[in-house]
Amino acid sequence: MRSPGIAVAALAAPTAARAADDIVAAPRWMQTPGVPMRAYGTPARFEEKTLRTVTPSYGPAAPGVGTSRTPLHLLEGTITPSGLHFERHHNGVPEIDPALHRLMIHGLVQRPLVYTMEALARYPMVSRVCFIECAGNSSANTLPKPAQTTAGAIHGLLSVSEWTGVPLSVLLEEAGIAPGADWLLAEGSDAVAMSRSVPLAKALDDAIVALYQNGERLRPEQGYPVRLLLPGWEGNMNVKWLRRLKLTRGPTHTKDETSKYTDMLHDGTALQFTFEQGVKSLITRPSVGMKMPGPGWHEITGLAWSGAGRIRRVEVSADGGATWRDAVLQGPALARSATRFRLPWQWDGNRALLQSRATDESGAVQPTRAAWQARYSREMRYHNNMIQTWDVAANGSVSNVYL
Amino acid sequence: MSIFDRSCIVTSLALAVAGCATTDDSYVARPGSAPRLARIATAAETAAWDISIPPSGEGLPPGRGTVKDGEAVYAARCQACHGAKGAGKPVDRLVGGVGSLKSASPVRTVGSYWPYATTLFDYTRRAMPLTQPMSLTHDEVYAVTAYLLFLNGIVDENAVMDARTLPLVRMPNAGGFIDASRR
Repeated sequence: MRSPGIAVAALAAPTAARAADDIVAAPRWMQTPGVPMRAYGTPARFEEKTLRTVTPSYGPAAPGVGTSRTPLHLLEGTITPSGLHFERHHNGVPEIDPALHRLMIHGLVQRPLVYTMEALARYPMVSRVCFIECAGNSSANTLPKPAQTTAGAIHGLLSVSEWTGVPLSVLLEEAGIAPGADWLLAEGSDAVAMSRSVPLAKALDDAIVALYQNGERLRPEQGYPVRLLLPGWEGNMNVKWLRRLKLTRGPTHTKDETSKYTDMLHDGTALQFTFEQGVKSLITRPSVGMKMPGPGWHEITGLAWSGAGRIRRVEVSADGGATWRDAVLQGPALARSATRFRLPWQWDGNRALLQSRATDESGAVQPTRAAWQARYSREMRYHNNMIQTWDVAANGSVSNVYL
Repeated sequence: MSIFDRSCIVTSLALAVAGCATTDDSYVARPGSAPRLARIATAAETAAWDISIPPSGEGLPPGRGTVKDGEAVYAARCQACHGAKGAGKPVDRLVGGVGSLKSASPVRTVGSYWPYATTLFDYTRRAMPLTQPMSLTHDEVYAVTAYLLFLNGIVDENAVMDARTLPLVRMPNAGGFIDASRR
């Protein structure tokens, strides 16, 4: 069963019975009635440390600019609780009265249209479980020194929800696409009127005008009352608080698709309109901040995702990529969503360098750090999908290292 | 692409029959059709909301601004965050770095990196200053745009920016981007 790199564990026989003082005949919560029903539930108070990592970009000058990151290392399964979905705001979260909000479709259309939220909610809807990942996710690992922060703080600009809304193609068909239109501009109703250009082909393919997240109306920080959803494409394009779609000939070249969210190469040029999030995976447990309780059986688990479609394979290494073993993929492995992977591991107590490497259905394989760096400028901070290495020391501590 | 093709056919016919989009009486719900629960947007409504400016300059509003006027606007409305003469801190640097993109430490600013001057007008009008977005007049946006282009050595001190002149400004890094959307 042993390989030189990673020992796969069999389930161990039950160990000795727990110490007798663990056993309380009648804990106090069995001797008194519990609290009554509540109209809206909240997490257990013992889980109060399961929180997003909040990072303002500019401090007091503009407190509403920045990110909060999903604590991926504290979560299981694939769906992100709505209150822990990552945030990236460019000037705070607007408080929008849905009765006053409108969605306008205009530009190169036959019929410029205005939708009330009440009308939109009557349209036929579809649901998609998919990830949203900020293009700037994992940018900490592009810096010269590896940050010793949690997996969530480094990689938590990734979240997964079930999104429900109206296919954008239905609304565009109603408006009537005029000849010559090949892009659209999507604009939000926040205090920067965040705007991005989207190729019309994507809008007609799988784009949704989303009203619901995980079954309830969108949270304010996720675009209430309506956001654009472009499965698999960089988070910034999934415009929140959507108010306007203008069909255009060619892209508009907004601030966030020229000065930002463009991918610098070594020669000083930059790739523009790199929309699809690359194939990527991450071991969420063990990871930085955790302490291995000792040698023996442990489960290595994490998430894999790709903007190109389904995850086909995740391999795990315990020796920094010298040897690999296939992890088990937990179904359903949905396209443009995250797939949970697991591998039982018999840790021998020696130093281990843990890595995961994903392959998607297009055949794309997650790149090594060296391969990614060979492609981009040292100042490149977007679309980092390089393999992450966690260094498990003999004393059980886990750190972030570059390999 | 079938929906796209179908839409083109449907809308071409609609154009031929209806003629004028804003008085399209055919836009009502019919059994078996799309829901059609929106209403037609008037020209005044689309004009009121349409603030996006592409490189062609299409949609730029009336108004004008000089470098000198822009210096005053900048000092009053921008400098607290962007620093004296666009030097940055606490927020983004706006000036300098031209020629640095190939170096080991590229400096990306309006002058060194942004490919189109129209984007500067578009973004300033919709988002700046962050404490009070959409509060600048069109003349003020043209003026501060002129000032930032002047600080970057892109226009001279006598430049006047308006709907005609702004799209003609050639930015140093206009040729620095590769369109990856068609790959």
